[in-house]
Amino acid sequence: MLIEDGRPIFQQIAERIESDIIDGTLAEESQVPSTNEFAAFYRINPATAAKGVNRLVDDGILYKQRGIGMFVSTGARTVLIQRRREQFFDQYVQPLAREARKLGIEPDELADMIRQGEHALQAGAQ
Amino acid sequence: MKTIIEVTDLTKKYRKSEALRGINLALEPGRIYGLLGRNGAGKTTLMSILTAQGFASSGEVRVFGEHPYENERVLNRICFIRESQKYPDSFTAEHAFKSASLFFANWSQELADRLVTDFQLPLRRNIKKLSRGQLSAVGVIIGLASRAELTFFDEPYLGLDAVARQLFYDRLVEDYSRHPRTVVLSSHLIDEVANLLEHVIVIDQGRIIMDDDAETIRGSAFTVVGSAEKVRTFLGSREVVHTDNFASLASVTALGTLNESETREAAELGLELAPVSLQQLIVRKTMSGSPATPEAADRTLSEAAR
Repeated sequence: MLIEDGRPIFQQIAERIESDIIDGTLAEESQVPSTNEFAAFYRINPATAAKGVNRLVDDGILYKQRGIGMFVSTGARTVLIQRRREQFFDQYVQPLAREARKLGIEPDELADMIRQGEHALQAGAQ
Repeated sequence: MKTIIEVTDLTKKYRKSEALRGINLALEPGRIYGLLGRNGAGKTTLMSILTAQGFASSGEVRVFGEHPYENERVLNRICFIRESQKYPDSFTAEHAFKSASLFFANWSQELADRLVTDFQLPLRRNIKKLSRGQLSAVGVIIGLASRAELTFFDEPYLGLDAVARQLFYDRLVEDYSRHPRTVVLSSHLIDEVANLLEHVIVIDQGRIIMDDDAETIRGSAFTVVGSAEKVRTFLGSREVVHTDNFASLASVTALGTLNESETREAAELGLELAPVSLQQLIVRKTMSGSPATPEAADRTLSEAAR
């Protein structure tokens, strides 16, 4: 199942499009699938898909071109990355620190682990 | 906004029991509604009355702004697919589609043909000789290809396997996107249809206990698991819909949403939070121990939504 329980679907659709813009799957000025295509792909109500997409239009992340479709705005990626960075501490660092404390992992040890993880990523990318 | 169905204080009494007790509803056009509830809750009775196949004991029903009874102007625009639809004995599926095509102004033969292929339905076999699933497929095909302004599906999937049901949901979303109309889908396979619905109506023992946008209901409850004492402290005066105890642990489903600081507080207390699916929420609310009056249920849910 692609859609999670317990959170509004329109929010999840908006987040997925944002992630696609951040990782470059959806390039700036490229066309975004239509709300009907989103609805069919995720098997959700078309009105709900439209709500998610429209939120990004209201945000200026996407723009509509009448009769043609929707496109990613220039500069959208920078805006989204900035926003995600602001959420990073709450979303990832705090739970990590909490779990580390529970297991008795010292902050220095934790920092080492993060460096190791980063090395592994680089090794994997090569 | 204009309504397509309006129901005021509708009751239906049988000799000894009350099937519907004071139903009030307003449905807007161009949406997919889920009519959910346990078997015997009153879903079929309600749909029968809305489609003039049953009589109300009291109350008002307006469909397209008019009384539906013996009213062609209304009934021509409605398609009602029942769980156990009866066809004349000599009919084949082809005959059933032919009759439907004559009755429904928006009938799409192209869509019907495509669905026949999708469901691998034998067209020329006598309907009495079709399997339960094939019979359901006939109903689903008529319901979709009629493209009626108002379509009711009453548990249309009996005997359809998981693949065929998914096919039905996919074709419904696809065709509804291109040809918006009002669909009322009654089902107890709630998890399967939850994401397709724009609005959810839940009936329990003849009463409406939920009537809200699906997106508002999503996230209107959560489950918290952990040491019973800490769970109690954390929940404070929140409305609890269900509690499971296991040794010194408790798993409690409560109404409302959690903000960031509350989520953090739960984590710091070592409590686990889990989302509640629409199906879980409805099961919790329609089991014994749910609020005694529909007013109470409405109140708690709309509070939760806020």
